[in-house]
Amino acid sequence: MTMPLLSVQNLTKTFPIQTGLFGRPSSVVRAVDRVSLTLERAETLGVVGESGCGKTTLGRCILRLIEPTEGTILFDGVDVSTLGRLELRTLRRKMQIVFQDPFSSLNPRMTVGAAVKEGILIHQIAEGAAADRRVQSLFEEVGLNPAYVSRYPHEFSGGQRQRIGIARALSVEPTFIVCDEAVSALDVSVQAQVINLLQDLQRERGLTYLFIAHDLSVVEHIADRVAVMYLGKIVELGPAEAVYRDPIMPYTQALLSAVPIPDPTARRTRIVLQGDPPSPADPPPGCVFFSRCQHPAKDAACTQTVPPLEEKTPDHFAACIKQPSTLR
Amino acid sequence: MADLTPLLRVADLRTYFYDGDAVARAVDGVSFEIRRGETVGIVGESGSGKSVTALSLLRLIRPPGQIEPGSRIEFEGQDLLSLDADAIRAIRGQRIAMIFQEPMSALNPVLTVGDQVAEVVRVHTKLSRKEAWERAVEMLALTGIPAARERATQYPHQLSGGMRQRVMIAMALVMHPALVIADEPTTALDVTIQAQILELLHDLQEKLGMSILLITHDLGVVAEMAERVIVMYGGEVVEEASVGELFADARHPYTQGLMRAMPQLGAPHERLLTIPGVVPAPTAWPSGCRFRDRCEYAWDRCAQEHPPLYQIGTAHVSRCHLEDEPARRLTRTTPLAARTGQGTA
Amino acid sequence: MVMSRRQREIVRGAVPMLVVLAVLAGIAIFAPLIAPYNPSAQPDIVGLKNLPPSLAHPFGTDPYSRDVLSRVMYGAQVSLSVALLATIVTVFLGTVYGSIAGYAGGIVDTCMMRLVDAMMAVPRVLLVIIVVALWHTLPLWLLIVVIGVTGWFSLSRVVRGQVLAFRRRDFVVAAEALGARRTRILFRHILPNVVPMIIVDATLGIGQVIVLEAGLSYLGLGVQPPGASWGNIIQDGADQIGTLWWVSLFPGLLIATTAVACNVLGDALRDYFDPREVA
Repeated sequence: MTMPLLSVQNLTKTFPIQTGLFGRPSSVVRAVDRVSLTLERAETLGVVGESGCGKTTLGRCILRLIEPTEGTILFDGVDVSTLGRLELRTLRRKMQIVFQDPFSSLNPRMTVGAAVKEGILIHQIAEGAAADRRVQSLFEEVGLNPAYVSRYPHEFSGGQRQRIGIARALSVEPTFIVCDEAVSALDVSVQAQVINLLQDLQRERGLTYLFIAHDLSVVEHIADRVAVMYLGKIVELGPAEAVYRDPIMPYTQALLSAVPIPDPTARRTRIVLQGDPPSPADPPPGCVFFSRCQHPAKDAACTQTVPPLEEKTPDHFAACIKQPSTLR
Repeated sequence: MADLTPLLRVADLRTYFYDGDAVARAVDGVSFEIRRGETVGIVGESGSGKSVTALSLLRLIRPPGQIEPGSRIEFEGQDLLSLDADAIRAIRGQRIAMIFQEPMSALNPVLTVGDQVAEVVRVHTKLSRKEAWERAVEMLALTGIPAARERATQYPHQLSGGMRQRVMIAMALVMHPALVIADEPTTALDVTIQAQILELLHDLQEKLGMSILLITHDLGVVAEMAERVIVMYGGEVVEEASVGELFADARHPYTQGLMRAMPQLGAPHERLLTIPGVVPAPTAWPSGCRFRDRCEYAWDRCAQEHPPLYQIGTAHVSRCHLEDEPARRLTRTTPLAARTGQGTA
Repeated sequence: MVMSRRQREIVRGAVPMLVVLAVLAGIAIFAPLIAPYNPSAQPDIVGLKNLPPSLAHPFGTDPYSRDVLSRVMYGAQVSLSVALLATIVTVFLGTVYGSIAGYAGGIVDTCMMRLVDAMMAVPRVLLVIIVVALWHTLPLWLLIVVIGVTGWFSLSRVVRGQVLAFRRRDFVVAAEALGARRTRILFRHILPNVVPMIIVDATLGIGQVIVLEAGLSYLGLGVQPPGASWGNIIQDGADQIGTLWWVSLFPGLLIATTAVACNVLGDALRDYFDPREVA
């Protein structure tokens, strides 16, 4: 069995909430709370959840763009979390990120060609004319006209800027890319083009993706496996088909039933969650989803301990102490 | 649900933006009706003109934009475009109300939410502060905000995104308007909150009987909420039908393309069929059919002749020459945009 | 350069101010060529004393029988160059300090900014006066340095704020992800985006310095006679301002004009660079 490309163990990131004159922290927000997952080569792991669930923080911690508070991150066998600055910089070539907002992910004062060339220059992959040629071929690979390299970001549309962002990520020849809501800010027709591009690139280059999104339909389309996050924890994890067809967690069931279906004749009972998620600074004891949970068997036992993520059916994990029930 | 007198009748609405020599024809000849109690959805992407249409209805267009002469907007029998400033202000918030996409930027951060709802009441009625406050609290409770009386004293930043949207809905509905324009009301919200808000709008419509004009890019939302759907592209209406008919039998190639481009839950994971090319700029709409460069059926007539809205059945129209020459549906070609690689989005 | 309609309008509105400042700069640069008389010359101590404006002396003469117009022209040289050079010192110090504070963050940032807060509590004029008074006769370069060194505090705050804001932007995180070193990120990504704000602050600062230097020279603490500066020309006519109005009026008008032009230009620049337009 080959070693997974990425293995995350008990990753935790806390942010202090500061009060007082000298900012002594009074409490912490557990943005990412003991998350463990693995990623195989050439696989796409989708991470879904709503705002505040910690998925973006998770992605950035894995790349050490945010320093994790605890936990280990093994990338290709190397412990990323303890690397020194120089080694980290070398490793950065292998792991890249594509951002959500096509409008703020590019430096407005830099030509797009320079933006894509930067990684090539930093890692001395090529110089001068050779570097320029690489930039041009990257542009073509993402479907952009190479003649546009000397233009500025504001001259491009949102979809085109996303392509530039993807070209930039590809410029250092990574094996792993975190797509942080990479298509969320795009129109439907543009989104489809970029999704196709990402899938083509994955096939051609053997890339591994951590695909963070809140749009469940997009994730189902692109992901091999899916992790569902709620308030910093992974509450369900498994193959995409299993999670979508037979969700175990009441939260996942509610999430899936909330997605509007483009079919006016589809009648279904929707699980509408009441209320808002609890505050991440002050999570309730035991299962954090308890207050909104609609599992028929929920009781006081749920508030006693934090339910661990356990394998319920082969390769399908959920963090619930009760037997799965279908709320359809 | 809906009766037959049109509440709102828009005829040949044109809203243009002037920038030096260039003219952006953002809305270029849009006509539609909304009946009492009806929910109509306008679907379109960026650059389709849907948001500008909504703003035009309430005459919220500022220079360099203007509503062109020749446009007509009739509401409850009145021509909105000929009203003076005071008269249109009386209508805004009271007879026609708007719900915006981003509740955080649409709410005033330095006023309590109760004050903001009460303000709407006091602008349009002569009620006292206390009475207006009571109406506000009542409305906030109606939108499902728990402990509404206490919450009314809070500020927007103390509320979650979903609650803020409920506050916006309360502000829009407190005067029991006849028409509510909701511009992407749930786009910025989490999907579980979106479900709550859509359910709320549906309930309130049943209770209060208002019409809803729902503007969105999400076909799922439209399928759930709307009775009739208008699809916009290039500043025009390109297809209109009842919601069932649209999803069962979409005729316009753009509508079809849109539906195919959406990943859907449970659908097989084939490569998404995309619409090649990009939306053209409103300063330079292509001649003839505005969708022709991206259309897999286009032929020379499409470049020469601007298609009118062809009638299909009783309540279904499509702005496409295929309705006149149906045989051409059998011959698919590669769209010009895909052939020339002209502008990937 | 691609400009939006809004930006084109702003540029159009700013042209008059640019013209004014260009004219003043021209006078300052070409003073030796265009001044009708030597500013220190006293050819006729008795006959040319305190003459009101006339064709021969458009700005009149002062109590020392010198032509005011020529003095004002040479004064422009001094006043404008002091303002410009002092501002350069200010920009340099403020940018460096603010960049370090903003980029380092944490405790370093807090300490650096508290220090700035403390310095800002002392009025600049007072600070300059104290330093100058201790030295008595100040060479011009030292005056420039003193003025520059006392004025960089607010700019450092602006720069720090901008650096903090841009540090969080996705494109900076992207550069980090690519493996860029901190210096590269600061100079290639953050500072180019901060430059507009620095330009705005510097332009407004020039106006302030003009007034400050004029005030100092007026008090006899700045440029020393017989050297001409707009401030000390005003002083020459101050005692008899009722009868010798021309001596103080013209330099005063020029000070006001320059300060206003700088302020209006600074405001226009700020509007031009409005962040709504830039990414």
